[in-house]
Amino acid sequence: MKTNKRLIPGFGISMGITLALLSIMVLIPLASLVVFTAKMDLSDIIKVITRPRVVASFEVSLLTSFIASVINAVMGVILAWVLVRYDFPGKRILDGMIELPFALPTAVAGISLTSLYADTGWIGGLFADMGIKIAYTRVGITIALIFIGIPFVVRTVQPVLEKIDPLYEEAAGILGASRTRIFRKVILPELRPAVFTGFGLAFGRCLGEYGSVVFIAGNQPYETEITPLIIMSELQEYDYPSATAIALVMLAAAFLILFLVNLIQIGNSKILKGGH
Amino acid sequence: MAAENAEKTAPVISREGSTEIHAKTAGSKAVKIILITVSVLFLFVMLVMPLITVIYEAFRKGLAPYLEAISDPDTVSALLLTLEATVIAVVINTVFGLFAAWAISKFRFHGKKVLVTLIDLPVTVSPIIAGLIFVLTFGRQSVIYPFLESIDFMVVYAVPGIILATVFVTFPFISREILPVLDAQGTDEEEAAALMGAKGFTIFRRITLPHIKWALMYGIVLCAARAMGEFGAVSVLSGHLRGKTVTLPLQVEILFGDNKFMPAFAVSSILVVLAILILIVRSIVEYVGKRKKGENSQS
Amino acid sequence: MKGTIFKTTAASLALITTLFAATSCANASATNETAPGTSAPETGKHYSIINVSYDPTRELYAAYNEAFKKHWESEHDSTVEITQSHGGSGKQALEVANGNPADVVTLALEYDVKAVQDAGLIEPGWVSEFPLDSSPYTSTIVFLVRKGNPKNILDWGDLARDDVGIITPNPKTSGGARWNHLSAWAWAQKEYNNDETKIIDYIKKLYANVLVLDSGARGATNSFVENKQGDVLLAWENEAFLSLKEYPDDYEIVTPSISILAQPSVAIVDKIVDKNGTREVATEYLNYLYSEEAQRIAGENFYRPSNEKVLAEFKDTFDLNINLVTINDFGGWDEAFAKHFADGGLFDQIYEQD
Repeated sequence: MKTNKRLIPGFGISMGITLALLSIMVLIPLASLVVFTAKMDLSDIIKVITRPRVVASFEVSLLTSFIASVINAVMGVILAWVLVRYDFPGKRILDGMIELPFALPTAVAGISLTSLYADTGWIGGLFADMGIKIAYTRVGITIALIFIGIPFVVRTVQPVLEKIDPLYEEAAGILGASRTRIFRKVILPELRPAVFTGFGLAFGRCLGEYGSVVFIAGNQPYETEITPLIIMSELQEYDYPSATAIALVMLAAAFLILFLVNLIQIGNSKILKGGH
Repeated sequence: MAAENAEKTAPVISREGSTEIHAKTAGSKAVKIILITVSVLFLFVMLVMPLITVIYEAFRKGLAPYLEAISDPDTVSALLLTLEATVIAVVINTVFGLFAAWAISKFRFHGKKVLVTLIDLPVTVSPIIAGLIFVLTFGRQSVIYPFLESIDFMVVYAVPGIILATVFVTFPFISREILPVLDAQGTDEEEAAALMGAKGFTIFRRITLPHIKWALMYGIVLCAARAMGEFGAVSVLSGHLRGKTVTLPLQVEILFGDNKFMPAFAVSSILVVLAILILIVRSIVEYVGKRKKGENSQS
Repeated sequence: MKGTIFKTTAASLALITTLFAATSCANASATNETAPGTSAPETGKHYSIINVSYDPTRELYAAYNEAFKKHWESEHDSTVEITQSHGGSGKQALEVANGNPADVVTLALEYDVKAVQDAGLIEPGWVSEFPLDSSPYTSTIVFLVRKGNPKNILDWGDLARDDVGIITPNPKTSGGARWNHLSAWAWAQKEYNNDETKIIDYIKKLYANVLVLDSGARGATNSFVENKQGDVLLAWENEAFLSLKEYPDDYEIVTPSISILAQPSVAIVDKIVDKNGTREVATEYLNYLYSEEAQRIAGENFYRPSNEKVLAEFKDTFDLNINLVTINDFGGWDEAFAKHFADGGLFDQIYEQD
């Protein structure tokens, strides 16, 4: 695919507007974070981000986000598979529902999940009888994060699955490969970049999630305190330098995840195009 | 009615062939039933139950208290502010999305990958940080604060800040939807048109726009959905001034904090209804878009 | 080509900035119709002031604002509108310090108002600007337990028992929680004869029993009352009474043997009122808090009125014999904060050694 700068008009203006808006909306504000942190000594920054409570919050955030994203990766593939390969009544409703976590404000999700999974809630009550607490534990955080992350994997895997030519599977079937083998050897390798992309996006989103988690988390230092909450509480303690230092770590993580995702996506778009 | 039937049957006919092949790899009926059951159960517990909770709690005390709760002046002004921020965010992001997608897909330049990553960045930036950066940029300790103060222009703890934060969190939504379509479409048609002497805007209107129309609509719907529901970022820079800088999600938080649970869920139910409406619009857009695309490729 | 990019970037940057400023100014002017005047008071004016307060005062100020509006408008030929903002006291102070345009702050403790002073918005000496160290009403810390007190929690010592689950907000973010922490400390000081290791040991046990550490007093109340977490809520007296009023059959209040005199502070934000020309109305707003009418409103909302006469009217509500220490017993807020709540302070140490 060759593109020619001179042939199609509008490079200057479109690039100009893109960069201008990007600068005002994203780069300048983000830069102010960097500038603000740059006022601190490196040793101070390291001291802030290695405080036990902060490290513990990284752990909680990473662990719960990771588990939630793994669950979403598995469920996402299953959901995408069901939506692409099967026909059944109500399929379109199911399909339409996937984006609900996008459309539902996180605060609303937070309060309804909390009242649902608290000991007095419909689902929480069931588990409370078995002696399992969900709300105000890491399990509760994970559930909120699963909710938030549902659309990512489904929506990245779905188009790839639609594009995979069933003839390959057909051929493999004729050659006598078993179903699990076909799935493992033919379908999975094609899906892998999409699953990783979806996983990465969900993971990045989960790491930063605040609104839905804060209601259900319990906010116990070392136990259920997520990193965004630490930033919020540093802000509430007038400790701007600490808040920005921790924020910068999260920002770097977000950028890294996205960059990896975009690298993977290049492989992904090759598959998408190959399917044409 | 007839049209609806036609809609229903059309995809079935076109899909029949492939479904048959799929059926083999998809495996036995048992696997199919298990997978569908798992999916339905998962979505029911994770997505539907919370919605039912909201509606149930909202109407627990009956219709009259519900109506009273949602017609509260603070709630109404929160709704208006939410709509205002959403509309402005959608407009700004549409303009940005179109130009950015055009620049990225139609030309080759260095640093494209970095640019794409930077555009995507707001999605993974924690909402708290999104709010924080605007407080740092426009708040009292910022270098430009004296200037803002001198022209009496409040950004944070005022409406402009809320709009900025909303634009930020939804920034890549539209470009992200258009970009793959433009990428896949290539540049041949535009190049041909340019060779024939068409102007930039004409090329865009006559050739590019028809291709991306549905992706654009889809992006707008997603953008609106996310903009309406933003909580964390707005919460950091709103100041929670009642009736002035409170959006609907913040109003939910405030009512919840006031121990007014029923009204909190009642206001939530407005947002739930808006969310469902948006999802329905989205499904229609996607469905019509796919059908149009199918027709195009057939003809 | 590059030149074009730079030119359009610059041009559109400028354009967008002006556009944004223009739309926002349109916004600002729209709200300005009801916004404060910038000159000296005249007749027929409309004032609008912002009161940034802390979590549990929502009901109090909702009622007081109505009363003040009537009072002001009966004596002046101008109207007044009051906008409220509530949240964790520390957070609210920070937002004002960062530019939230509050005309007055009514926060949970002196230390938070001092944060606004440190930002250069309030002139030093504000503490003596209004009577009684600028705290028109007081409160204290009590225990809210479930009806019948099934765990038999009677005093601070019971909170260290292994079978007790405690709900208190986070002292790092919540003003109320700082009062909680200091009350517990005061009790332990007396109990263990100032033996610091024993006191810290007790405080450590207490925090080990904490189930949910919310960021604000309201969040903590919700965890205890709505989501039924824990056996005891360490709460503002007014919060406890409020929960009791809503669910009289579910809870009861236990007054511990020793507690602290919690003095919420009010102040005028000098920089803002001078800019908005609202000093007169803002001063009257805070002054009127000391009137009998306002003191009665405070009492009805379960704050202890500072006016002795009004306080006596509420003698059936409040336990007036409670043994109260004050912040001065801790050497004032600066000292107490540095010792207990600053980064690396006692509270951090307690959680770090866990």
